[in-house]
Amino acid sequence: MNSKSNNTSELQHDRQAIIQIIDMHKWFGEFHVLKGINLEVQKKERIVICGPSGSGKSTLIRCINRLEEHQRGRIIVDGIELTNNIKNIEKIRAEVGMVFQHFNLFPHLTILENLTLGPIWVRKVPRKEAEETAMYYLEKVHIAEQAHKYPGQLSGGQQQRVAIARSLCMAPKVMLFDEPTSALDPEMIKEVLDVMIELAQEGMTMIVVTHEMGFAKSVAHRVLFMDYGQIVESNTPEEFFANPRHERTKLFLSQILH
Amino acid sequence: MAYPEVQDKAEDLKPPVIQVGVIGWIRTNLFNGWLSSLLTLVSLYILAKTVPPFFRWAFLDAAWNTAGEACRASQGACWSVVTKNLRFIIFGFYPYHLHWRPLLAMIMLFVLLFLSRERSNWKPWLLYSWLIGLGAMGLLMRGGILGLEPVESSQWGGLPLTLLLSVFGLTAAYPLGVILALGRRSRMPAIRYLCVVYIELIRGVPLISLLFMASIIFPLFLPEGITINKILRAQVAIILFTAAYIAEVVRGGLQAMPKGQYEAAESLGLNYYQTMRLVILPQALKIVIPPTVSILISAFKDTSLVVIIALFDVLKTTQSVLSNPEWMGFSREAYIFLALLYFLGCFSMSNYSRKLEKELSAGEL
Repeated sequence: MNSKSNNTSELQHDRQAIIQIIDMHKWFGEFHVLKGINLEVQKKERIVICGPSGSGKSTLIRCINRLEEHQRGRIIVDGIELTNNIKNIEKIRAEVGMVFQHFNLFPHLTILENLTLGPIWVRKVPRKEAEETAMYYLEKVHIAEQAHKYPGQLSGGQQQRVAIARSLCMAPKVMLFDEPTSALDPEMIKEVLDVMIELAQEGMTMIVVTHEMGFAKSVAHRVLFMDYGQIVESNTPEEFFANPRHERTKLFLSQILH
Repeated sequence: MAYPEVQDKAEDLKPPVIQVGVIGWIRTNLFNGWLSSLLTLVSLYILAKTVPPFFRWAFLDAAWNTAGEACRASQGACWSVVTKNLRFIIFGFYPYHLHWRPLLAMIMLFVLLFLSRERSNWKPWLLYSWLIGLGAMGLLMRGGILGLEPVESSQWGGLPLTLLLSVFGLTAAYPLGVILALGRRSRMPAIRYLCVVYIELIRGVPLISLLFMASIIFPLFLPEGITINKILRAQVAIILFTAAYIAEVVRGGLQAMPKGQYEAAESLGLNYYQTMRLVILPQALKIVIPPTVSILISAFKDTSLVVIIALFDVLKTTQSVLSNPEWMGFSREAYIFLALLYFLGCFSMSNYSRKLEKELSAGEL
């Protein structure tokens, strides 16, 4: 893909880590979910994380905005280290957008209100300006005509696009996607992936947990394979799919690409 | 093999006549099978036996505005017990020539409540009206300035007292209950245990004993010379009691909220208070409207328990009328009137809650 190789060279120029994870461990009670994660994400880099369920991939990206707390190691996002300091956590969360598997829109608010909530209360943007921004992003995810409906009146694919727009309204520096298409009916997956591809083309830094290997091939700079709480393999999509080095990666790919 | 032909769009047919309209309704609701038919007939028989005699007693043969003697002679209901003593039932021992003051206060209250019904009116001016209105009502009841004759609160009674205890009780107990519910789910152990202990202690004690404590035991702990108004003490007891129950209902609503809602709010960078105020509570409180209204209704009725600490609410003033020899024996009529009064209050609350629920869920699925 032409646009991608351009982006890759652009990355070389602008080497600057926006996320650094250093020897990070996480336990759920006795269960050791993440075992020494090391990861550095550059600005404008797009990473796809795949792996079998229970491998810790969701937990990993949820640690990045502290929806889960890590117990050992360091996570530094945009120059701020994640500690128990709640002010820092809120600052980081405002800079890191997150899209969930089950959308998690606020059902008691209209689409427009869903989008303006963060900017108005966290960024202290005047309401009118926040609404203009919201309409701009709704336009972008091709859903502006639904602005005054409630989430319950939209289809799954539309809801997920609203969720993406809601994150974008905060002008985040990084976007995290936690299996954004897993809860969707098959015919709606494409409309969400299309929006994500457009976002990628604009140079958004993205970390995507997904099983959509087509998306990984066309959009990612790097594909990570996780298993049993570790990053087993990390490579460019071309190498990753053509010559997987690890046995476990081969097994996983053989199961997922029929 | 040929496929059966499918029309582009099948036409809509009307449903069979027997299932719709008046006949259909009667069939499905009244005579749906032999058991239902039998029950319908039995009910009709009972209604025919009871309604006409009651109607004759309550309306046709009733004495509406006569002296007690004339009442005794008549066959029907003696509504005179209410009409002749209305001012005492409503206002209690409030000085007779000053009854216009509590009346005006009650009218102000009703106007404010009526204005608050419409959510489109929930704007700053309504809040200011309430603040000014409550001040004015207090002024009217107490007097003492602006040339108004002072009236001791020990003389307050009847309906104004009931309304005072209820309106303040419910409006103060609700936010307190919400705070307790949030506290009980707090991550800070000290706050959590404080709330648990409070809720469990209060719920473990009947309201009557709380009222006794407030009126008899509490003053013993005060230094000599300091007294706290009896109505205020009862009021506080009612608020504390109701809040504990509301807290548990609200906690139920909070627990029904999916974790994803907290996570979505937090991932936008909203802090705890914003998350609660903007995302969680609006949804959780809406879910628990029905049980909350149950609690508010029973709290409204429970205000009648203040008779045991010798406050003259509207129930007690009615009873006092019945102890007057002229009106002795007409308790049926007096209590029917009282029941109607309470019913009006409770029914408008539940009616309003249904309206609110409907409005709040507009557009949501």
